[in-house]
Amino acid sequence: MPVKRRVAVIGAGMTLFRRILQETGKELSWEASKMALHSAGMTLNDVDTVTLGTAPDAFDGVHMKGEYLSDGAGAFHKPYTRVYVGGGTGVFTPISGWWHVASGYSDVCLAVAEEKMSSCRPHPQYAFYTIFDNILERPLGANLIWIFSLEMCRYMNVHKIPKEKIALVSVKNKNNALDHPCAQLGAKITVDDVLNSEIMCWPVNKLDVSPTSDGAAAVVLASEEVAKKYTDSPVWIDGVGWNIDSTYWTNRDLSYPKYAENAGRMAYKMAGIKNPRKEIDVAEVYDPFSYKELHHMEGLQFCGKGEAPQLTEDGVTQRDGDLPVNPSGGLLGVGNPIAAAGMMKICEIFWQLRKDAGKRQVADPTTGLAHAWGDLMQYSSVVVMRS
Amino acid sequence: MFDAATKAYADADINPREDVDGFVSAAEDLNTGTSIFDEYTPDQLGAVLKPLLTISGDGIHALATAYMQIQTGALDVVVVEAHSKASEILDPVKIMNFASDPMLNRLPNVHPYHIAGLEMNRFLHETGLTQETCSQVVVQNRRNALANPNAAFGAQLTVKDVSESQPLFAPLKTLDCSNTCDGAVVLVLATKEKAKKLDSKPIWLDGIAWYNETPSLETRNWERAVYAELAAKRAYKMARVKSPRKDIDLFEVDDTFSYKELQHLRALDVDEPRELKRSIQDGDFDVDGELPVNASGGSLGVGNSLECSGLEHVYEVVQQLRGEAGKLQAKDVESAVAQSWRGLPTTSGAVAVLRAE
Repeated sequence: MPVKRRVAVIGAGMTLFRRILQETGKELSWEASKMALHSAGMTLNDVDTVTLGTAPDAFDGVHMKGEYLSDGAGAFHKPYTRVYVGGGTGVFTPISGWWHVASGYSDVCLAVAEEKMSSCRPHPQYAFYTIFDNILERPLGANLIWIFSLEMCRYMNVHKIPKEKIALVSVKNKNNALDHPCAQLGAKITVDDVLNSEIMCWPVNKLDVSPTSDGAAAVVLASEEVAKKYTDSPVWIDGVGWNIDSTYWTNRDLSYPKYAENAGRMAYKMAGIKNPRKEIDVAEVYDPFSYKELHHMEGLQFCGKGEAPQLTEDGVTQRDGDLPVNPSGGLLGVGNPIAAAGMMKICEIFWQLRKDAGKRQVADPTTGLAHAWGDLMQYSSVVVMRS
Repeated sequence: MFDAATKAYADADINPREDVDGFVSAAEDLNTGTSIFDEYTPDQLGAVLKPLLTISGDGIHALATAYMQIQTGALDVVVVEAHSKASEILDPVKIMNFASDPMLNRLPNVHPYHIAGLEMNRFLHETGLTQETCSQVVVQNRRNALANPNAAFGAQLTVKDVSESQPLFAPLKTLDCSNTCDGAVVLVLATKEKAKKLDSKPIWLDGIAWYNETPSLETRNWERAVYAELAAKRAYKMARVKSPRKDIDLFEVDDTFSYKELQHLRALDVDEPRELKRSIQDGDFDVDGELPVNASGGSLGVGNSLECSGLEHVYEVVQQLRGEAGKLQAKDVESAVAQSWRGLPTTSGAVAVLRAE
């Protein structure tokens, strides 16, 4: 069935992304919300509903973190929901905002994503230990880099991809981030820098990995009627998709993200997109690890299986390429405050489609895509936007 | 989860792998002992490679999410799940303490029920209600639960038993509090067109709303359940309920603590405090009374199933509206309300209005 109401993004805001920010999670949420409202020309009084995305409570050591953050996100005396799909949360939060508005339940929904990882000592990575099955996997002392190295290895092995080609993603994204005013790790690096950086867990080197960060980002979503009152340049959310694969990652072929394909297809169908490679002008693809950008590009049908490294080498995914991928600098460059990082991608597509991206602007985009990934290598959320 | 899902799918006459467009579950990480708990939901629900999400909310929040998804027009059938495995939480009190503001309110080794004691005190002081009325709520709910095969805490108690139970944080006594239990509820939601095609007995969700007041202990309203008042107002408007006392035939409301049932009934515009006292004394809220409240036994009688509590209320309401509540069945139930609260220290709650036709 067709979607009842068209939904627009009419404002976006984000804080700095840093390893440690002095602000509390509530303050970060509010700063991002305030900027988003300001850019939409609204105040909290204009907002009917609020949706918040934030990943594990274990980072902050706060139970029911959504409730704790609610007033920071502006949810005082308002309907408020916290959605939560691991790393996919950031792109998922505006999806939940989308159904608040598309269903007719609300005219203006504020979607906020926040993450404060620095409260977790000695390192946030430890919180990830608790995502694993407490009977089968925790005794192995698993951590994220460990399982992603397995996935990267499988991807490289199946398609015979050398590490040099994967390193190009880090080089591109960190370089792009130099133009992002909120970025944590913008840098001019070479493929050799990546290959010579510390090996975390083979084949993952340090410069293949996004950092841990604090930060928040927010967007204001509105119905068509309201959007037209506030702005001449709304950006429409024309397709949304989300999908989860089995918990048992050990039983799946890790060389291909089927869940990303399913989420992509759901969004493409809704947006009427037949050929994503041709119809998408700019994409923010989830890149917590360098190989994941390539992996996800294939899942999202931008190219065949194992072909993404070649597109990268050919410069297709550069800002001036035919399909710019992560012009913001992505998670590798801008930083990775989990939920906020996904929302940063939504903000970037909003700015790109409005031609507001400054030095990061790609040539004349009209259709953009934001994607995030999460859980035990099993989740994807996708949003297709049009100017 | 698997057990509840299997029963729900059989009841709705669906195959989750073919007929369901989306899944919504409600869970909190620290209650499950696993970070990013949504990882552990797809296989049990038949949701592998399907659209699924988790919200950190109560079951009725999840129901609202599913409701909106269907209302967009993009999804036809959505499954809602919530569960509790409270028995695996070694120290639920410590976990609850972790929900307090870490900088302003969280005191080490202070039992979070002090917030309930303070609130109960304020509520009784402002409304003129007494501990005796609260005790009557406990007696009634635990008695009702005796007839509920799903209930864990059915008991024949007296007002004296409750008022003389171990004091916790004055005026709160041990028996004023619900106890946690394990359990799961799965509901299947569908559009009108789809529901009519399936071999099932649909119950209609005519109104739903959820609100937050504030997490701040310092500035919240300690007398009234503002979140429930706001949610009730919106849900009633959606469902065109003018006079809840007359238009609604049965209420399942949050009774995590005895006084909360009274506070919530007031917020749901059932009665003003003075009338509440009389209604309870006259047996109006009994299963065979004029307006049954928590005929299932509520959280005091059935058990507090954490995120699942609200969805459990909805489940009981659906049974009543279908006329399938067995020994708990109240007479002539055509429209009913389920209400939830997210527990201490939150001011977050939801209200759903359901009808048989």
